[in-house]
Amino acid sequence: MIFEVFRQEKRGQPFAHAGSIEAPDVAFAETWAREQYGRRGESEALWLVPRSGVHEVRDFPDEFDLKYRRVDGYSLKRRLKEARERAGTPPARAR
Amino acid sequence: MTETDFLAYVQAGGQVEAGDWMPDEYRARLVKFVEMHANSELMGVLPEREWILRAPTLQRKLALTAKVQDEVGHAQLIYRVVEDLGKPRSQCLDDLLAGRAKFHNVFHYPTRSWGDVGVIAWLVDAAAIVSQKALLKCSYAPYARIMKKICWEESFHILHGRDVVLAMVTGTDEQRELVQEALDRWWGPLMQFHGTPIPRDDDQMYVWRIKSQGNEEARQQFLESYVPQVWELGLTLPDPKLRRGDDGVWEYTEPDWDELRTVVTGHGPRTLERLELRRRFLEQEAWVREAVA
Amino acid sequence: MNERARLLLELADDELLVGWRDSEWTGIAPTLEEDVAFSSIAQNEIGHARAAYELAARELGTTADELAFDRAPGEYRSSPLVELRLVDWAHTIARRCLYEQADRARIEALMQSGDEVVAGLARKIDREEAYHRMHAELWAERLRGDPRFEQALAELRPYVDGDRRTRTDDFAALHDEMTSVRRTAPGAEW
Repeated sequence: MIFEVFRQEKRGQPFAHAGSIEAPDVAFAETWAREQYGRRGESEALWLVPRSGVHEVRDFPDEFDLKYRRVDGYSLKRRLKEARERAGTPPARAR
Repeated sequence: MTETDFLAYVQAGGQVEAGDWMPDEYRARLVKFVEMHANSELMGVLPEREWILRAPTLQRKLALTAKVQDEVGHAQLIYRVVEDLGKPRSQCLDDLLAGRAKFHNVFHYPTRSWGDVGVIAWLVDAAAIVSQKALLKCSYAPYARIMKKICWEESFHILHGRDVVLAMVTGTDEQRELVQEALDRWWGPLMQFHGTPIPRDDDQMYVWRIKSQGNEEARQQFLESYVPQVWELGLTLPDPKLRRGDDGVWEYTEPDWDELRTVVTGHGPRTLERLELRRRFLEQEAWVREAVA
Repeated sequence: MNERARLLLELADDELLVGWRDSEWTGIAPTLEEDVAFSSIAQNEIGHARAAYELAARELGTTADELAFDRAPGEYRSSPLVELRLVDWAHTIARRCLYEQADRARIEALMQSGDEVVAGLARKIDREEAYHRMHAELWAERLRGDPRFEQALAELRPYVDGDRRTRTDDFAALHDEMTSVRRTAPGAEW
């Protein structure tokens, strides 16, 4: 069985993919991965996931440029300037 | 995507994942390159392994065992990349034992003294790290990713090797002589390590961006970083022409390319013996692999 | 030699030799994955030996390295079980199982010791040995029933309570090899 190994470097950090290891069962996978991915104290914890349990999803089409779901979808500058001019106020944090 | 598109994509710095389409030629070259790397890690443990039982202090014993252990771990990581490209580890081992696959020139030579342990860990690993750092930018992403762990571990080896060498050059005259003698023997193979200076655009491994630098660039980088470190210890290198030119380019005597070809095609001084040791233990412990298959 | 030093040396000699023997597998173990794991065990055992030698060295006015390398063979107090050269996997795992069993009993006794120096060391060692025991049990479970493994267990069992005052032939060869570099420059730093 091939296990994908995910490694957490420090507490609180995300588990990131570190590689894979082949083992006959989860007990051997644990024994082997513990040393292969943690012997220098470089890991806080490991996740061992059978490769067969990983379902990959790819390809996220965005053919019509639906930018409103991203931060670069909003350009406030022009309207903000106009609003200030109408109100006769300076920028909120003038520095 | 056509082969031309793919080539343009990787040459522009694009990276490829295991499940992506790739031209057959790319896959074949990649397997050959990565497999040779894995074989080199695997065979590279043998010269140093001989000294694990003879390490002269507890600290050195631990450090050397850990270093050899790292190389085995690297072989595991790299063979997994080859396997995911479609070639099983058992087949890689068969090809290695049958002489159909290559491994790096430096692992075909004998180790003769504790001086070799220091020189190998310091300078052979230094030469290797120059190549491996360049692989961090390999167009094949799964290989580039594991290179991070490998480079990180190699950096310990260089420290260990340099420390061994420093202890010996500050020790007795005999200890210092062991280092100098080892250096004299290893310099030839070290200069051959990065390969013939073919222009990088003629090097198919560079064209497909499996490697990200040419052979001569790698050798220059190695010389630039490490020759001054060797000289500052009062050690000498057996090449009267070796000098840094005014333009920053290192000049040296042409390495013995015939020796390199002879060695990597399986005719090195220890090639057969080392393959034989591998074969013996692979056969002897085959039943164990079956038990955990 | 006081009781503390005697206890520490016996422990250290066993850990040193079993670690030295197990390190012989580094690079040639049955699988690459096991190679890495087994090498860590060997390193841990030598680490335990070093810690015990350091404590003993304080009592004896010497250093851990001198205790590990520079004594005459007759001065070691290792069990014959750990001295044997066993470069086949069935025997190696059989020894690990037998050693971990015997070592567990010893470590548990040492953790109860009234000597806090010894008890403290034993507690630290025990934390790592827990993983070694898991490793040994894992393999024993896999190999149980295999004639090679069962025979190796039967063959090695008598060595567990072997005489610590005499050395095996295998010890002589190992001692010779492990001191071969060190002897070339006595007293030098390496």
